[in-house]
Amino acid sequence: MASENIATPSATTALRRGLVLPLLLLVAWEIGSHSGLVNPQFLPPLEKVAGVAWQEVANGELPHALAASLKRDLLGFALGAGVGILVGLLLGLSSIADRIFTTWFNGLKQIALLAWIPLISLWFGFDEAAKIVFIALAASIPVILNTVEGVRSTSTKLREVGEVFRFSGPQLVWSLYLPAATPSVLTGLHLGLIYAWLATIGAEYFMAAGPGIGGLIISGRERFEMALVMLGIVVVGLVGFAVDRSASWIEHRLVRWRQA
Amino acid sequence: MSRAAERAIRAETPNADQAAARGRLEVRGVSKAFTVNGAPIAALNDVSLTVRPGEFVALLGPSGCGKSTLLRLIAGLDRDYKGCIVQDGEAVTSTSLERGIVFQEPRLFPWATVRQNIALGLKNAPISEADKRAAVAAHIALVGLDGFAEAYPHQLSGGMAQRAAIARGLVNRPRLLLLDEPFGALDALTRARLQTELQRIWAHEKITMILVTHDVDEAVFLGDRVVVLAPRPGRISRIFDVPAARPRARSDDDLVRLRNEVLRTLEHDSAADPQLSPGSRRDA
Ligand SMILES: Nc1ncnc2c1ncn2[C@@H]1O[C@H](COP(=O)(O)OP(=O)(O)OP(=O)(O)O)[C@@H](O)[C@H]1O
Ligand SMILES: [Mg+2]
Repeated sequence: MASENIATPSATTALRRGLVLPLLLLVAWEIGSHSGLVNPQFLPPLEKVAGVAWQEVANGELPHALAASLKRDLLGFALGAGVGILVGLLLGLSSIADRIFTTWFNGLKQIALLAWIPLISLWFGFDEAAKIVFIALAASIPVILNTVEGVRSTSTKLREVGEVFRFSGPQLVWSLYLPAATPSVLTGLHLGLIYAWLATIGAEYFMAAGPGIGGLIISGRERFEMALVMLGIVVVGLVGFAVDRSASWIEHRLVRWRQA
Repeated sequence: MSRAAERAIRAETPNADQAAARGRLEVRGVSKAFTVNGAPIAALNDVSLTVRPGEFVALLGPSGCGKSTLLRLIAGLDRDYKGCIVQDGEAVTSTSLERGIVFQEPRLFPWATVRQNIALGLKNAPISEADKRAAVAAHIALVGLDGFAEAYPHQLSGGMAQRAAIARGLVNRPRLLLLDEPFGALDALTRARLQTELQRIWAHEKITMILVTHDVDEAVFLGDRVVVLAPRPGRISRIFDVPAARPRARSDDDLVRLRNEVLRTLEHDSAADPQLSPGSRRDA
């Protein structure tokens, strides 16, 4: 905590610095679309995007789509995180499970996520279930990898303390391996949240049934409403940013016992 | 009678007469080798020692002579050795709640508070939750950590962490307690106070104790016997009886004489060790 403060004088200055580039881009965008340098069909001016945003919020389309996407995202994430922690614990704790599955798993994770979509839609169709399975798959991979890593790196010296006090299997898991793995698991969950949001948009692009931000962007493209597409992209980015930030914040709070 | 019932009774009777006959330890012809870079290194060579129930043995010896290794074998943490170790007629094949150990390093769980760390020692003790809470609180006070019950290990000084580890080892009241330099990180006053407390608990509970130390005064002050180990390979060099009656005074003439004799043995051992220049050992 202290070292972070030395690296970044204060959070607000960091934020101010971080805003410089986006602001410059916005200014360039405005100049571009107004000066006629760029076809406004492709790059609608900001006020047009803002107008569409207002309209979509007023008619309820945007909140509806956003709520649908977030619900899908969180459901898929919860499923993927739960399964991921269990699988990670199993792989990390059991040398037999490890020998049987790890090579297999390492092979599987090489497959690009989007490549799973045809398979998943064959198995689960194109509706909600398929999307959630896809999001869960995306979220589970970093969770599994980091949980395994966290469990494996539990210090032998602390394991011996558990041995001396005759911890049972469940006691070892609850009182030793899980807390020892917590920082690593949280990193995995954090990455899982980011992956899940990316997968949400991916699922909505490729399995475009039902409401959602991805669906909103696709419909904008189909009607050639560039402002709607832009709005969708901005919302996706903002949500991604908010998810990342809140995950960092929670992570920080949960591992307070960690020095610095 | 089941072991749980036996322990419950023992917990209720402060004088623990039944326990008096337990806690006997026999180490017979124990040798232990490590492999370092493919070559075997003898850490212990043919160590034999019988500890009477309720005896206090102090273990002295230069750094690297195998003191911690011996304690780990007795605790049942390492089964890969030659010879045999028997507690109360049962071969030591694994760890047991009857044998406690305070490691050379505190080894506190970093995610748990002092109170939670000490409670680890009672996780599998057959007593009620209320009794556990009371025992933990009593041991926090015993090692002088009141006010730090809810602190995390990274908020403690080295000596405070070591005291928390001592409390964790004691709270379960094993029949045999192994202590690996438990007072190494403490200032002279705290050290003297905890030595007295340990002695009090030892006398009251009749726990057999084996205490590793580099402090010759501590060894002769606390021990019924002082076992001196010699290095390369680790072996018993000499065993001193400490006949002085208790309670002991640190300045007792007999103790001072004995202390000097132990020191001479240590110096003699190090002079005989080809890897150490004579007289360079100043562990004590
Ligand atoms: N895990 C291990 N692997 C290899 N060698 C080891 C291991 N543990 C201990 N040794 C070796 O065994 C010998 C005895 O070590 P040990 O830790 O028992 O010494 P010690 O008497 O406790 O020393 P100190 O007073 O410094 O704590 C040393 O030579 C050490 O290098
Ligand atoms: Mg040692």
